[in-house]
Amino acid sequence: MNPNYLDFEQPIADLEAKIEELQLVSADNDLNITEEISKLREKSNKLTESLYSNLSPWDIVKVARHPQRPYSSDYIARIFDDWDELHGDRHFGDDKAIIGGVGRLEGKPVMVIGEEKGRSVTEKVSRNFGMPRPEGYRKALRLMEMAERFKMPVLTLIDTPGAYPGIDSEERGISEAIAQNLAVMSRLRTPIICTVIGEGSSGGALAIGVGDQLNMLQYSTYFVISPEGCANIIWKTVEKAPLAAEAMGVTSDNLENLGIVDTTIPEPLGGAHRDIDAMAASLKTHLVEQVDRLAQVPLEELLEQRYERLMSYGNPDA
Amino acid sequence: MSWLDKIIPNSVRSEGRRDGASKVPEGLWKKCVKCGSVLYRPELERNDDVCPKCDHHMRIGARKRLDIFLDKEEREELATEVEPIDRLKFKDIKKYKERLSTAQKATGEKDALVAMRGSLKGMPVVAVAFEFAFHGGSMGYAVGEKFTRAAKVALDENIPLVCFSATGGARMQEALISLMQMAKTSAIIERLKQQGTPYVSIMTDPVYGGVSASLALLGDINAAEPGARAGFAGPNIIEQTIRQKLPAGFQRSEFLLEHGAIDMIIHRNEMRDRLASLLGKFTNYSWDESQLQEEVEPEEESEVIEAEAPPKEGEDS
Repeated sequence: MNPNYLDFEQPIADLEAKIEELQLVSADNDLNITEEISKLREKSNKLTESLYSNLSPWDIVKVARHPQRPYSSDYIARIFDDWDELHGDRHFGDDKAIIGGVGRLEGKPVMVIGEEKGRSVTEKVSRNFGMPRPEGYRKALRLMEMAERFKMPVLTLIDTPGAYPGIDSEERGISEAIAQNLAVMSRLRTPIICTVIGEGSSGGALAIGVGDQLNMLQYSTYFVISPEGCANIIWKTVEKAPLAAEAMGVTSDNLENLGIVDTTIPEPLGGAHRDIDAMAASLKTHLVEQVDRLAQVPLEELLEQRYERLMSYGNPDA
Repeated sequence: MSWLDKIIPNSVRSEGRRDGASKVPEGLWKKCVKCGSVLYRPELERNDDVCPKCDHHMRIGARKRLDIFLDKEEREELATEVEPIDRLKFKDIKKYKERLSTAQKATGEKDALVAMRGSLKGMPVVAVAFEFAFHGGSMGYAVGEKFTRAAKVALDENIPLVCFSATGGARMQEALISLMQMAKTSAIIERLKQQGTPYVSIMTDPVYGGVSASLALLGDINAAEPGARAGFAGPNIIEQTIRQKLPAGFQRSEFLLEHGAIDMIIHRNEMRDRLASLLGKFTNYSWDESQLQEEVEPEEESEVIEAEAPPKEGEDS
């Protein structure tokens, strides 16, 4: 099995392997099989299109967790100019599971806060696989309050398997750190735009997810408990995770219907990892438009809208 | 009230006491889940369901909680019109709707939170309590909405809000709607804070997950009952993640106090006194001597008897 392809993508992987083989043959033997290759490529694209037009919620969870899926750092490098990373919560340490800093979006200063899973094994370990501890959320809070003082919009990128469930995390008050962010973000006097770029897992995601605009990339997911966790509780086995993903409605279309997600940003064919530059460019276009639009709204009005929206969550007539 | 009156069964007394694990027959006696003492039920209830032998604070329902906390007079239940909604048409091995109606029948509540406006030694307050027997006290739309409406009363009238939490966390059958209740309740608590209206959060066994990471840890005063367990992740999840045993007393209120998460541990018997004393200072409310006198109840002879052997089942569930 090719690790670059998910299990449901194996037919695509097989075709791609064949294409690669033919390309090698043609290079070696001067045979003209270009036509054959382009036919296969077309077939592969069609297959990808048809597979991706019919993904189950569980398939989407897999795409959202794809090992090659672009992370916050990939988007930051492509979207923002003049980037300065800022470190530390000023109380305990610097949590590498959350990246924060100031950059420019088409010239405008912005505060960017993103959860980061890490690519290589060493990096994954140092970033705790994107599971923040209290100091990560407190760093985020510090930077958001700084953005408020310097009148910069806050852009958050959500991608976490959840806040870290460990002894040290509990000792230093992970619950309080998350709760505090929810409280402060509800009234932060600057626009906040949140985007789920991969996995939005529960409180660990929401802790940087309260704002004026919530985007989801097409194949990202957002849930109150991981499908595995839900399956474990209900069916007593993680094998039922696909059913749990279905039942909880973890995808952007469902969440748009519930009035929780505002905008779904389409991904390149086969997912964001197939064309990171295109994905970043499209995300940038949306962010620029949203920053401009929210800047037009008088601040008091913006805050009232944000608050009323929070109050409306779950209301039958909302 | 004589002791004879107290043993006459009534609806309040039979509520939430169907402990299948207990070998002690229903009725007059209850075995303490911690020390195994067989306790005379009326005596236990007079002690606010705290074991007179080992001081174990047993779980109590939302109504009983508010009943022993608020003054008897001038209570008004709030947000009674709020009902749970199955927006996702959630179905696993059972329909969520069925789970809801089972829980409603078992507890007599519409959902896992009861809210009241009342008074504490004459001082007006809004108090809310989680009903753990309803779906593990989990927070979905109805709990979030009821909490928010109760907090709005506190905000509009500028009177203290007190919350007794007992919950497993967010309700997964309402998926992201549940998650958003964390943001919603936190937002209105922040308004109380900005206005200078006191909010006291009392954690009672247990408080976990999404409730812990929102309304339960946002009090001007955070407190817990003795021995209550509270944390973000449950002990099982943490053990699975770090692959080691957790230290004794982990996530208990004594641990929370030690690590600076709560201001104090409050014994259930002292809840009214301690909160009146605290809130009186935050709202600059003062009492004359006569108002405080009525609190003192005459002590009766304890009628607790010791059990022969400790119970096999020793856990609240």
